[in-house]
Amino acid sequence: MATISELEELVVQVRRDILRMVHKVNSGHPGGSLGCTEFFVTLYNEIMDLKEGFDMDGDGEDVFFLSNGHISPVFYSVLARRGYFPLEELHTFRLINSRLQGHPTTHEGLPGIRVASGSLGQGMSVALGAALAKKLNKDDHLVYSLHGDGELQEGQNWEAIMFAAAHKVDNLIATVDRNGQQIDGPTEKVMPLGDVPEKFRAFGWDVLEIENGNDLGQVIEGLKEAKRRTGKGRPVCIVMTTMMGNGVDFMMHTHAWHGKAPNDEQLETALAQNPETLGDY
Amino acid sequence: MTKYTDQGKKDTRSGFGAGMTELGRTNPNVVALCADLVGSLKIETFIDENPERFFQVGIAEANMMGIAAGLTIGGKIPFATTFANFATGRVYDQIRQSIAYSHKNVKICASHAGVTLGEDGATHQILEDIGLMKMLPGMTVINPCDFNQTKAATIAIAEHHGPVYLRFGRPKVANFTPVDQEFEIGKAVLLNEGTDVTIVATGHLVWEALLAAENLENQGISCEIINIHTIKPLDEKAILDSIGKTGCIVTAEEHNFLGGLGESVARTLALHQPTPQEFVATQDTFGESGTPDQLMEKYGLNNKAIEAAVLKVLKRK
Repeated sequence: MATISELEELVVQVRRDILRMVHKVNSGHPGGSLGCTEFFVTLYNEIMDLKEGFDMDGDGEDVFFLSNGHISPVFYSVLARRGYFPLEELHTFRLINSRLQGHPTTHEGLPGIRVASGSLGQGMSVALGAALAKKLNKDDHLVYSLHGDGELQEGQNWEAIMFAAAHKVDNLIATVDRNGQQIDGPTEKVMPLGDVPEKFRAFGWDVLEIENGNDLGQVIEGLKEAKRRTGKGRPVCIVMTTMMGNGVDFMMHTHAWHGKAPNDEQLETALAQNPETLGDY
Repeated sequence: MTKYTDQGKKDTRSGFGAGMTELGRTNPNVVALCADLVGSLKIETFIDENPERFFQVGIAEANMMGIAAGLTIGGKIPFATTFANFATGRVYDQIRQSIAYSHKNVKICASHAGVTLGEDGATHQILEDIGLMKMLPGMTVINPCDFNQTKAATIAIAEHHGPVYLRFGRPKVANFTPVDQEFEIGKAVLLNEGTDVTIVATGHLVWEALLAAENLENQGISCEIINIHTIKPLDEKAILDSIGKTGCIVTAEEHNFLGGLGESVARTLALHQPTPQEFVATQDTFGESGTPDQLMEKYGLNNKAIEAAVLKVLKRK
């Protein structure tokens, strides 16, 4: 178990990784990545029970699925810093012949990735399947998943949400990143999602909320509480409010940085706001 | 000509059900999913005997494909079952990303393929599914010809690691292949040796090809007949060996000529041995309501259509 200050240091370093990765290739999705940095750092370093090394089946350990695959920069950084693959490989993000594809994939054999994601709305179904497999295998470890809020506009999610409650998939913790933003603007303007927690509750889920998903203490406590609620006959949902672009002042309070990389000057400003802690890759 | 006997007409979907029953008893990793069509897919016995290994997903095929992909993570071998239309076109992107690109060991098992599901009409009669599935990198595509072969194929695909599309149908058709046949994925079956023309057929059109060949034999035409149950990977050697003898070929399938077996064969011929070919297939059209026999007649899929195609291709030699 890490201390809060150790996790804080890791959060800042992951932010730097995200910014440097997308800057180098002038593409990628920094906004949502920065918004979910505290969540990823906490999940992989404080919450999940993980084996050494990586195998596809994930028997005897917790497994995680990223449904909104475009926030691959934060996923790659946290996986690399957790030891799944060499940190230097972050240099290859989005480059030709790289295992670090624009959106995560199993195709190049990158350790830590169990399914391709990017085309939205598919991750919850996959997580459900993995959770059912764990039950069949009498493996009492948990399945975690992360979903963008805009992604809930895809109908497949609601098929999955309905199924999860009906089949009592209570070894799944699905987190919704409620940053309220999507490519074309605020979610409530593009296609209103309304009361997301109430919708999950109406479908039979046990729902808890993290009011500030960029507060490490709240994220840790929220994920621990979610774990306590598993195994009780209902799937567990965390609706986590985050700030897209968190940690970089000019990337916050806007959807503009959903899929846009900073230029040289902007990178310098952003990195200055997040001084190096554990060492850049 | 080698004589084949119809052991009694049966639906290929029941062959699938029989295969699932056997897999339920022999392979504990096999699990099944269905989108509200259990009776149509004939998997009641599997479900009765293995209730914990069956997942009813309701009318939600996209979710079914994703769950199937997830079940492989943990070593399960999911058989995701519904009608061919809903198993392919409706969920193409789910299959593409979560199954094919992710190389998951999912078996997509599709009944009611083609026009011969009959009266339900074109909304349910997919004639594009072979094309959709064969275009996905890494996907194996199998279309067995009768009850016995469908059962054997069902059992065989559980032993194959990787995504598979298994296509079968609703109507009762001749059951003429051996009960306990070996099913080798990607290996064509030579049913009759001949010298004048090669007929390469898939699905229940293999039987129609045999009927056509009998008529043609009476006209002094010797047909070599190949049962191509696996469309991808295609047994190119079997095809090329045969046309080396006959010099012309007819392909026969219950599918659009665009994207089907015929196009795969044409590519093989173009690359290795350009050869006159005729296509027995639907002609870029949707189907309609009717009985299977009426539809086979109207859309040019029966033994008469194969016979006509043979006579035509012979003139092009």
